[in-house]
Amino acid sequence: MEHSVAEFIRFDRITKFYGPLCVVENLDLGIEKGEFVSLLGPSGSGKTTLLMMLAGFEQPTSGNILLDGTAINDVPTHKRDMGVVFQSYALFPHMSVGENVAFPLQMRGLGKADIAGRVARALDMVQLSALVDRRPSQLSGGQQQRVALSRALVFEPRVVLMDEPLGALDKQLREQMQLDIRDLHRRLGLTIVFVTHDQSEALTMSDRVAVFNKGRIEQIGTPRQVYDEPATRFVAEFIGETNLVEGVVDAVQGQEANVRLVSGDSIVSAVSGTVTPGQTVFLSIRPERVDLSEIRGDARNCLETEVTDSVYQGDHLRVQLQNAAHPLIAKLSRRSREFPPGTKVFAGFSAGDCRVIAP
Amino acid sequence: MPMKLTKFAFASLTILFLIAPLIAILPLAFTSSVILTYPIPSWSLRWFEELFTADAWRRAIVNSLIIGSGTTLLATVLGTAASLGLRNRALFFRGSIRTLYLLPMVVPAVVLGVGMQVLLAGFGLTNSYAGVIIAHTVVAVPFVVVSVTGALAGIDERVELAAESLGASPLTVFRRVTLPLALPGVLSGAVLAFATSLDEVVLTLFVAGPNQRTLARQMFSSIRENISPAIAAAAFLFIAATVLIGIVVVLSRSMLAKQR
Repeated sequence: MEHSVAEFIRFDRITKFYGPLCVVENLDLGIEKGEFVSLLGPSGSGKTTLLMMLAGFEQPTSGNILLDGTAINDVPTHKRDMGVVFQSYALFPHMSVGENVAFPLQMRGLGKADIAGRVARALDMVQLSALVDRRPSQLSGGQQQRVALSRALVFEPRVVLMDEPLGALDKQLREQMQLDIRDLHRRLGLTIVFVTHDQSEALTMSDRVAVFNKGRIEQIGTPRQVYDEPATRFVAEFIGETNLVEGVVDAVQGQEANVRLVSGDSIVSAVSGTVTPGQTVFLSIRPERVDLSEIRGDARNCLETEVTDSVYQGDHLRVQLQNAAHPLIAKLSRRSREFPPGTKVFAGFSAGDCRVIAP
Repeated sequence: MPMKLTKFAFASLTILFLIAPLIAILPLAFTSSVILTYPIPSWSLRWFEELFTADAWRRAIVNSLIIGSGTTLLATVLGTAASLGLRNRALFFRGSIRTLYLLPMVVPAVVLGVGMQVLLAGFGLTNSYAGVIIAHTVVAVPFVVVSVTGALAGIDERVELAAESLGASPLTVFRRVTLPLALPGVLSGAVLAFATSLDEVVLTLFVAGPNQRTLARQMFSSIRENISPAIAAAAFLFIAATVLIGIVVVLSRSMLAKQR
């Protein structure tokens, strides 16, 4: 198989069975050096299993995992040189913070003075120098995860693997840690594979997001691509909120298609895959891309609707609409005027703000 | 309130029921009389003196220590290894194998004793220290397995995976992570194994020769031959040793816990 030279990690037709259950199915994925890739998906979609295979905790049933061009299927975990961060922190409870961080360096046979220096720097990096002699049980969850992070980075591993590392933290701390990890990634040029089921986390942190479903990758791309150009219905629904409207393709011109909705309206929409006239498709329209006005505007797509409900949610106004055949949701900026239920409005959006998805 | 009082009374009575035999025997250790009965004419330490000077008793104490140490060592190693093996979830018939390990706890000691004698005779191990230690180990291993399995169950598997990913070979993971974390359970198991060996009479009757008389065995035979208060003194020694070991275990456990 041809792979690009810069490719650092390659999953080559990986399949994994647990008994009769197929958790990863014939999966191909390449990751470049210095890249931050998130594996995003619901639980049971195979993302954690893939990470465990990369770490060497699990063996693929078939297929190869290549690191820097060499197959590592037969390399045991302790020789793979990968730092792993778990959701449960997995610190050594019988060792102090300093001893925890020193552990990987001792395993590599470094001298005492060298170890002390590196541990100090690694703890400094996560602002925990003052807690070097504490036991993990004396730390908060956030502090424990930062110790785990510095322990996974201190030996300068070739790859850093993170398995839902922020899942056990509360929302505010989680958002802070997201930015901290992103910052570390940029500063140290790390290659990070990050498993999460939280789509906003994946969008915030990653260079690329791989969306998993039932042991397969549904789509891989930049956060902008997977959000704005969902390739499948699953991706459109899993990442963010979306309006899915059924219709039939009338005509295709280049990257745009005319779609006739059940209500009879005709919509011009961007297409990512290939569709043919006469095909039944879904349109994905992001609620925040919909504009409302009481007069028919100059937007290319315009649906005549009636407001059924309108909820003020602090940072935005959420309006539920209904036209002849479809419900529709619009998220409006909070500066927008109120739309009381019963108001007749036109919902407008551009062709680039909706996407044709083949079912 | 009456409910509380009833509970308290019931608990007290149960405890009394459990320790009444101890209360009955212990004062007799300090009697000056030559027979093992109440009332006690006057207090004396002569039976402790007898215990440590009379040849039969002294040898019994030494034998108990030799056999007890041997059993502790062997049972702790085997029981810990078994517990580690039983962690493997992919193991076929894992539940059944675990039950097999616990079987000696419920099989009548007489049955085990007969089987053990036949078996050890086949290997020429009757009337030897090794034979007695092997016999005691069989009944001591279940206690170690229960204790160590409990300790291992408390270890987050991901901690060991993390150690492996940080560059520790499986052996190093065991030495630096698994064993230190399971140590309280291993220690308890060792103490239970020692106590089991100390206390074991039935198997000893079957497999031990006159040279391997343990303290328990000696007490058992001397109560039939001459009911001397030396038995009470030996019993006192037993209980004192048990309490001491218990205190050591509790202290070391709390020290280990404080480290966490």
